Amino acid sequence: MKQLESTMAGTVFTVNVKEGEEVTAGQTIMVLESMKMEIPVEAEVAGKVATIKAQIGDFVNEGDVLVTFE
Amino acid sequence: MTEKTTYNERLEDKLTTIFAGGHPKYHEKMKEQNKLFVRDRLALLFDDGKYLEDGRFANCEAADLPADGVVTAMGKVNGQSVCVMANDSTVKAGSWGSRTVEKIIRIQEIAEKNRVPMLYLVDSAGARITDQLDMFPNRRGAGKIFHNQVRLSGFIPQICLLFGPSAAGGAYIPAFCDIVIMVEGNASMYLGSPRMAEKVIGEKVSLEEMGGARMHCSVSGCGDVLVTSEEEAISEARRYLAYFPANFTEKPKLVEPKLPKEGRTLEAIIPENQNAPFDMYEAIDQLIDEGSFFDVKKLFAPEIITGLARIEGQAVGIIANQPKAKGGVLFVDSADKATKFINLCDAFSIPLLFLADVPGFMIGTKVERAGIIRHGAKLIMAMSSATVPKISVIVRKAYGAGLYAMAGPAFEPDVCIALPTAQIAVMGPEAAVNAVYSNKIEAIEDPKERIKYVQEKHQEYKEEIDIYKLASEMIIDEIVKPSDLRSVLAERFHAYSTKELPQPPRKHPVYPV
Repeated sequence: MKQLESTMAGTVFTVNVKEGEEVTAGQTIMVLESMKMEIPVEAEVAGKVATIKAQIGDFVNEGDVLVTFE
Repeated sequence: MTEKTTYNERLEDKLTTIFAGGHPKYHEKMKEQNKLFVRDRLALLFDDGKYLEDGRFANCEAADLPADGVVTAMGKVNGQSVCVMANDSTVKAGSWGSRTVEKIIRIQEIAEKNRVPMLYLVDSAGARITDQLDMFPNRRGAGKIFHNQVRLSGFIPQICLLFGPSAAGGAYIPAFCDIVIMVEGNASMYLGSPRMAEKVIGEKVSLEEMGGARMHCSVSGCGDVLVTSEEEAISEARRYLAYFPANFTEKPKLVEPKLPKEGRTLEAIIPENQNAPFDMYEAIDQLIDEGSFFDVKKLFAPEIITGLARIEGQAVGIIANQPKAKGGVLFVDSADKATKFINLCDAFSIPLLFLADVPGFMIGTKVERAGIIRHGAKLIMAMSSATVPKISVIVRKAYGAGLYAMAGPAFEPDVCIALPTAQIAVMGPEAAVNAVYSNKIEAIEDPKERIKYVQEKHQEYKEEIDIYKLASEMIIDEIVKPSDLRSVLAERFHAYSTKELPQPPRKHPVYPV
């Protein structure tokens, strides 16, 4: 996994990781708000966060890159 | 005496050649790929490894085509007769010659006459190009296999176990089956191979990426169950069949009831905040007999869960929104997934349980352009036209057309049950207040006043859609304590087991696609 993509269109509600942080598979990386629901976006595999591509309040479309990994 | 011995020896020789399959080097290759020889697969599949074979001597005059590359047989699975066709990929890569095709057609005819399930164990390179005139375009050519599959669909269960490639036209065998089990790393489905794709359209792509098992089970939706070995594929097929009757005229068998898995109560699992996610699988576990869940399309469109299960021994098909994935919102793929599953259960008299916690169908440019309306229509039509017992449970929210898709009151569920946490509305309170009062809200200049006004309106709206108000209006039929839900479902499914619903006279509806 080189990057984590948004699973659906929505607004970034929380960013739960920092750049440089080691994450485990299944860890919640961001929570989106969409259709009035909180949508957790989880890491598919373990890795180290390189860059965070979306900030709180940003609109993201399905397939947009949220986070890249080293 | 001597003559008799000669006759017997000749027969023994022929049988030895046939049972050995293709050249030993192909057997070696299969071992390297963790694949089993076709006759070993059949020995695992059938009760006691026993089966009756037909067309064993097909093409026995040719030196290198034992059984013409396919074994067709009848045997028992869980004590129930089934028919099977199984490709032998040690024989010309499991390719189809004229006798291969004739054997497959004949075993389908046997399945039809005896009204028993038909299993397809596929591992085939496709048509034998050298034999095309004898097996491709004619009346009893390969097309007839698919024609028979269509004819048998909904008449008997049809199951595909994909152990290797299912190429070109052959890929329609899985496509017409009720369910497709794929072995990761070995199974694949494609119309044109990567080599052909490169030659014809200039695309460079790997087989795994274009037609691999994981791709089909998670992206295209052509596969239903992803397994890691052939043994697992066979045991999953046996487990799946246990939920089904032999054909559409019969009902699924009752089995010994089991208690649900030990775990947190539904009250503890379902959060009070309507917008917070939770894992619907954990809730399902509290309703069904332990270990009875058979997940269909687990990796595809995970925002909706579809699976077979048992409640106090009775087979049921569960369609449940998964708030943990995409908020449980319905998308194009979720509609497709649930549509096929509802059709499957309805065809074989498996009652349906809908567990609703759905904010509605997805909105926005992307899904509108993908035709979410016609996809949603498919789901609503399948659910609406299903005549098996249907129970709809509003677990938490059911907003907008989401209520319709999940067998809401207008679609004649046998009962619509609400948990005390249920909320039924055209839309949620936040969206509704914004939609109705946006001009007024914007006109209030003082921010404190504005918040106060919005909160008041939220409160009014919540009272308007209070679940007891809906019960009083007889919109929902029953409000049940979460801890009683399992026993209520068991009793109600039992009560509706004699349900019959006459249909209006017509040929068939015009299905939205």
